[in-house]
Amino acid sequence: MSKAKAVSTNRVKKSREDWIFDIILYTIGVLLIIITLYPMYFIVIASFSDPAAVSNGQIMFLPKGVNFKGYKQLASYAKLWTGYRNTIAYVIMGTLVTLVVNIPASYALSRKHLYGRKFFTAFYLIPMFFTGGLIPTYLAVQRFHLLDTFWVMVVPFSVVTYYIIVGRTFFNNSIPEDLWEAAQLDGCGYLGFFFKIVLPLSKAVIAVIALWAAVGQWNSYFNALIYIRSESLQPLQIVLRSILVGNQTMSAMSTGAAAVEAKQMADLIKYAIIVVSSAPIMCMYPLVQKYFNQGVMLGSLKG
Amino acid sequence: MSANHSKTKKKSSIGFVEGVRRSRPLYLLMLPSIIIFALFTYYPMYGIVIAFKNFTPADGIMGSSWAGLKYFKQYFNSYQFGLTIKNTIIISLYTIAVTFPLPVIMGLLVNQMKAQKFKKFFQVSTYLPHFISTVVMAGMLILFLSPSTGIIAKLVGLLGFKLPNLMGSAKAFPHIYVWSEAWQHVGWDSILYIATLSSVDPTLYEAATMDGANKWHKMIHIDVPALLPTATIMFIMRMGSVMSVGFEKVYLLQNTLNSTSSEIISTYVYKMGLVSSQYSLSAAIGLFNNIINLVLLLAVNFISSKMSDTSLI
Repeated sequence: MSKAKAVSTNRVKKSREDWIFDIILYTIGVLLIIITLYPMYFIVIASFSDPAAVSNGQIMFLPKGVNFKGYKQLASYAKLWTGYRNTIAYVIMGTLVTLVVNIPASYALSRKHLYGRKFFTAFYLIPMFFTGGLIPTYLAVQRFHLLDTFWVMVVPFSVVTYYIIVGRTFFNNSIPEDLWEAAQLDGCGYLGFFFKIVLPLSKAVIAVIALWAAVGQWNSYFNALIYIRSESLQPLQIVLRSILVGNQTMSAMSTGAAAVEAKQMADLIKYAIIVVSSAPIMCMYPLVQKYFNQGVMLGSLKG
Repeated sequence: MSANHSKTKKKSSIGFVEGVRRSRPLYLLMLPSIIIFALFTYYPMYGIVIAFKNFTPADGIMGSSWAGLKYFKQYFNSYQFGLTIKNTIIISLYTIAVTFPLPVIMGLLVNQMKAQKFKKFFQVSTYLPHFISTVVMAGMLILFLSPSTGIIAKLVGLLGFKLPNLMGSAKAFPHIYVWSEAWQHVGWDSILYIATLSSVDPTLYEAATMDGANKWHKMIHIDVPALLPTATIMFIMRMGSVMSVGFEKVYLLQNTLNSTSSEIISTYVYKMGLVSSQYSLSAAIGLFNNIINLVLLLAVNFISSKMSDTSLI
């Protein structure tokens, strides 16, 4: 068999099999997109449809009886907006603290001339393997008088070993050791060098860690559940929890048609509240997607 | 850490005082994180002693009387001991069995998508649920799975079936937990594999095409082997955390009807400690869990460093 013939027969065979492959591939792809997007799409259309139609199952693909009752109810729901405001404050302050605390430490740890480097590396790594656990940590927070304060949400758990490892990897690979020696010749002090030269070169890793920290703060409820008691300090997620998860038994308060209507309205509010609380993160994500992808790659490298 | 040998000569010529003096600015950079870690991570490690004491807030950690292993025995002899361990392991292994292989498969699929616009749309859509908070996810599940008004009940109803009350079913709990986990995170977790595949040498595909390989062959014989090292590490690392199922979602989805399969170690620690104020018992259970985690992680780290160059430490 000549070579040319072999190639041409292969090509004919290839295109038919690959065609089948592609059909299966894109069918699976479309199905996965539907499975992923439909639940989110449904929440959005349900949030401004007629509540009775939603609970009777008349709404599946298109909204019906468009109205904004759910959103109007939310507008006057003070607790939700307190939560919203608190979460924004926690996100801004928490992200700042996370950066201030982790970025310089990861830089220091990446320098080979750091005296006692092994000791400090161990210091930061040990908590990945062993921690005090819930109660001892709670007692520590209590002892330092941070229970039920604004600061418990932003300071005690701001040091994250994983962020430090990611930062260290970045600095290892992108800030050469002799950069400091060059800066020194120009009469730059070490801290001046760090703030004026190293940080501007490290925007990528700063962005990645800031995003992780911000999304983490926005979505977390654990610390607030454990350490916050006052209603005025509760973050958004705790308010959401009381509405979305907590009120399963509340509808039993009235009876008959009124109860049914109350339950339907409660559900409508839930759909609206999911939209209102998730929209900021969802809308932000595509804009900053590239930093997240970068982060996944940074995180997978070893320092 | 790997470049240590090149530095040993220099290091030995610098004394302790001089070394510390030179590193002063670096220490200053680490100071905030060292203080925070010392107060809120290392100090609680000392607080673990309350697991061996009859701790009361009035007596404090030092002042409370010693209890020996009393609280460990209390946990081991309780009905909750077997239950919480069983549930933790079942949920954990089931989660790994589903959410470890799916991102690998999704990575392989995305890598084969040559229609760039479709590929991009697919990726952005499947990453989105990752950003839904745990609370909202739990709220969605409760809304959707409601047997009277939920959308899933309605969709199932179209096919002529009646949806039972899944949220109140102990049997259904692990499935709800695991598959909602998959829905949220499989797309996101596939990023690592997509990135790994994008660095495969393109000449391999060209050579394979010349040899008459079709897309399926190329996927099996080029892409799968290319993912294997990364996937192995990810798998080993996941196995190291078998005994630490996240508290947040389980606690949100838990109710009295499904608690026989939803009570896990971390939710039990929370309830004993902060709801019933049995500080010492809770600390003892936490410590027990912590030690198992530590042993598992070290074992896994040992295996992974034997199998490849990659290890956590």
